[in-house]
Amino acid sequence: MKIIVSIKQVPEADKVAVNPETGTLIREGVESILNPFCEYALDMAVKIRDDNPDIVVEIIAISMGPPQARMALLRCLELGADRAFLLSDMAFAGSDVWATALTLKEGIRKIVPNFDLILCGKHAIDGDTAQVPAELAENLGIPQIFYGIDVKVEKKKIRVKKETENGFQIIETRIPALITISKGPSNIRRLPSIKNIIEARNKPLETITADELDIEKEKLGLNGSYTQVINIFAPPTKETGKIIDGSDPGKAAEQMIAFLRDKKLIKFEVD
Amino acid sequence: MLEINEENCIGCVICEKVCPFGAIIVDPKDKKAKVLDTCTLCGACVNACRYDALTIKRKKVSKEDLEKYRGIMIWGELERDELENLQIKNVVFELLGKAQELNKTLNETISVVILGPPGKIPPIDILYHYGADEVFLGEHELLENYSTDGFTTAITTLIINEKPSIFFYGATANGRDLAPRIAARIAAGLTADCTAFDINKEKQLVQTRPAFGGNIMASIISPFTRPQMATARPNNFQKPIKDTSRKGNLKKFQVKIEKQTIRTKIIEEIISKVDTINIEEADILVSAGKGIGNKENLKLVQELARELNGIMSSSRALVELGWTSHPIQVGQSGKTVIPKLYIALGISGAIQHLVGMKSSDIIIAINADPEAPIFKVADFGIVGDIFEVIPQFLKQLRSERRKN
Repeated sequence: MKIIVSIKQVPEADKVAVNPETGTLIREGVESILNPFCEYALDMAVKIRDDNPDIVVEIIAISMGPPQARMALLRCLELGADRAFLLSDMAFAGSDVWATALTLKEGIRKIVPNFDLILCGKHAIDGDTAQVPAELAENLGIPQIFYGIDVKVEKKKIRVKKETENGFQIIETRIPALITISKGPSNIRRLPSIKNIIEARNKPLETITADELDIEKEKLGLNGSYTQVINIFAPPTKETGKIIDGSDPGKAAEQMIAFLRDKKLIKFEVD
Repeated sequence: MLEINEENCIGCVICEKVCPFGAIIVDPKDKKAKVLDTCTLCGACVNACRYDALTIKRKKVSKEDLEKYRGIMIWGELERDELENLQIKNVVFELLGKAQELNKTLNETISVVILGPPGKIPPIDILYHYGADEVFLGEHELLENYSTDGFTTAITTLIINEKPSIFFYGATANGRDLAPRIAARIAAGLTADCTAFDINKEKQLVQTRPAFGGNIMASIISPFTRPQMATARPNNFQKPIKDTSRKGNLKKFQVKIEKQTIRTKIIEEIISKVDTINIEEADILVSAGKGIGNKENLKLVQELARELNGIMSSSRALVELGWTSHPIQVGQSGKTVIPKLYIALGISGAIQHLVGMKSSDIIIAINADPEAPIFKVADFGIVGDIFEVIPQFLKQLRSERRKN
């Protein structure tokens, strides 16, 4: 069984901001990490391998991104992926959801055309569009299941426990299929052992460029994108709030009621 | 147009099965796919073909082509209430309010698409009262429950026939599953989780959304493709004022789907009793963190939530302790919430928590530690003991209410 884990490298959430004077992104000193939900997806792939000792499971990590995204893929190799591919080329720069999904599709068709499962994180913590997985699944013509927290493999079928707005569902579908992974009770973000780290250095990590994909250049990157960002700005800054001392709980409660009344967030008439 | 590469085509009939229009058939004689003139170039077959035998050549869209698309269409997502009856989700009304605002500039038609099983559709007149001019109703037994495949096919058909210029979805669990699937099928731009919409001078839809955990805002347009598609955050736009004298037109349309084209099957549905309300849609959240001390103390948190007509959410720490469950977790590895009021009780406010709630309209924090970072985002904060302040608060609130 071939499981592709499609991952994204993201900046740490608290480090990105907009320079209010220039309106540009401040990226200096921002560290990049493997998106946490992508890590859960990889963890799920490893769990499928552990749960099915009678099946040969190969885990292939794939990403589209700048050269430094190799670090996120290396992390995947440390955490249990067998090989990794980075789709990286200046031609991919500025890709929106549409162009990203198309590039990933071509990459997957080239590298692992006979895959059985694709696992993705339920969203990336930077852009948080959560749209690439569904566009990728549609482009590959395979079914999708969102917000999976457990995956059981049964021959040519899978059963996925997924989160819904008011509970859970168990969904069955045939493979190949794509599943996005949410944080389930069983996933943990683990630290690789020294042995894992050393082994990962010897696992294959290849870079694929635009020329190696079967796709016209004008469909890639900014040129191939359907959406255009026309403005980036800092969200309106908040005034500092009123912080009071609660050593007299009665008084503090009174002030809290007054505050809520002022903001019209409290009803005094009982319906 | 749709081109068939006969060398690659093996006559597997997958395309025939997925075509919503019956517009592609495999000729029994030469076992090759043939396109009929009912083809709408929706692309379902191209994406389903495993053998690269089908391609759509799309020419660059001209301005005249874009102008053929008119009107604002909204997916009228349904949900089940406690009695298992289908009802229209609140975000649909919120989007109708926004659509009316945008329509002051556009002056086009506002429509809502309702999909569901025959005989179980909730009353739709209410959609007219909230601003819809038309309701497109597609009924089919297979639309009883949401499925990616069934709903994608039904809505794609409608979009191709009706050519709306704008298409909105609520950024709900199903809306986020459906919108990108449709966008990929019809080759349209899509913007996720928007918090503001405007129409610019070129009459394009300007879609504004937060990114990087709310640290930046981005405005986005889809200049080349129609409809301009976006998902919108629930609980963000104001529900408009109801006008019961408003009327509209009901247009029924045929949904052509078959059982085998819906590739996912619901085996079991587990409704979780504790978390029956989606925290992403709540107006008021009372959120508990480690500072509440023990599991028993959650009762007080819940009592406060009830008294304020809100619901309880929690930090990651409590989920990890097993005191609360993941569906109510706020933060980077949980949900992003933007309620009108967020009350943080005993939450210190690690950055991973703040990115999930700091866009809330009003934030109140109660914490024993005056240095807790949660106070940096709070509009009102109390440095004190939750278990002294909250009981006092409830007591005073109840006595105020008795006076009225």
